[in-house]
Amino acid sequence: MSGTSACPGCPENMAMRMLGMGLGKDIALIVVAGCSSVIQGLAPKNSYNYPVVNIAFAAGPATASGMARAYKARNRNVVPVVWAGDGGTADIGFASLSGAAERNEDIIYVVVDNEAYMNTGGHKSGSTPLGAYTLTTPEGKKQNKKNLPFIMIEHNIPYVATASVGYPHDYIEKLRKAKQISGFRYIHVLTPDPYGWMFDPSRTAEVAKLAVQTCYWPLFEYENGKLKISDESLHCLDKRTRRPLRDFLSVQGRFKRITEEEVKMLENYIDSLWEKLMKLYENQS
Amino acid sequence: MLKYQYYPITVPDRGAGGKTGNWRVVRPLVNKSKCIGCKACFMFCPEDTIKIDESDGKVYVDYDYCKGCGVCSNVCPVKAIEMVSEA
Ligand code: SF4
Ligand code: SF4
Repeated sequence: MSGTSACPGCPENMAMRMLGMGLGKDIALIVVAGCSSVIQGLAPKNSYNYPVVNIAFAAGPATASGMARAYKARNRNVVPVVWAGDGGTADIGFASLSGAAERNEDIIYVVVDNEAYMNTGGHKSGSTPLGAYTLTTPEGKKQNKKNLPFIMIEHNIPYVATASVGYPHDYIEKLRKAKQISGFRYIHVLTPDPYGWMFDPSRTAEVAKLAVQTCYWPLFEYENGKLKISDESLHCLDKRTRRPLRDFLSVQGRFKRITEEEVKMLENYIDSLWEKLMKLYENQS
Repeated sequence: MLKYQYYPITVPDRGAGGKTGNWRVVRPLVNKSKCIGCKACFMFCPEDTIKIDESDGKVYVDYDYCKGCGVCSNVCPVKAIEMVSEA
């Protein structure tokens, strides 16, 4: 809904609007600490179309588990949806996420990944990529990004998907599908943040598309042990048809001081990502 | 309050973050004769301030809340939205 306190060009708001388009009615949101706790505005109003529980980082999935059971006990067909940032997922909230996934709780978990703790001014998180400038990595981060979707696949949950705000139809389709499934569903959305990634706010959607075109961010679904690469990412299966990674890095200020060597390392990381995906893909057919 | 909302803390409503239209430094202007009604801008606008005109399927902007980010102008395939300075 209009009138949020988000920065202009906020990708998290885009992802939230699309969430509404994808999931429709009968949803309760559990927002763990992050930009979205602020974006929704001042009580007693909130600018999301759903009832919201605001909760501490590590408590999101646990609260959602409880809510799922409470709704069931009252015979209501309402799906609790956890809305978390990458910090709340990859680092602080991970234990409780992993626990809820292990128990296969009947909830949807959506990660909006802007690759750092942006609400506090942009500190490094486990999801920040190699070479990126953040407040706590002024020289560029030295480690690779944690690969959360793969970690979640290893939990053997019914549904894991990745999406990008650059491709709304793909994202909305995945949300719709997730709503039909029962059990733990995990959706990881890449949300390029103009302020932390340092590009002009008007280019949010463009950068989100570039991430997919350069194969930096693979789009796929993993449903009941079957991997499906989404159409937008099919060109990445062949190395020759991938768009050069430079196109993605050069539009962002946070990669301004990345060295040649680090670009190579990042490229190798992306190659290894795709090799793993291809192995998963081939083993099932 | 929604039917299944058991905790009366916050209620969904517009403008919980204030009238954000005054944040704008540039203003999107839709050129209706160029617009082809593809609704890409509607899809991507983070603020839900692109509104669809039911009579012709084209779009207009809700200036009470639009923050002037320029995303709509960037995604428009026919460049029907121009960003002009507020000053
Ligand atoms: S400038 Fe930004 S907020 Fe305003 S209508 Fe365009 S996309 Fe929406
Ligand atoms: S993106 Fe451009 S052509 Fe499409 S509806 Fe918006 S203004 Fe019209």
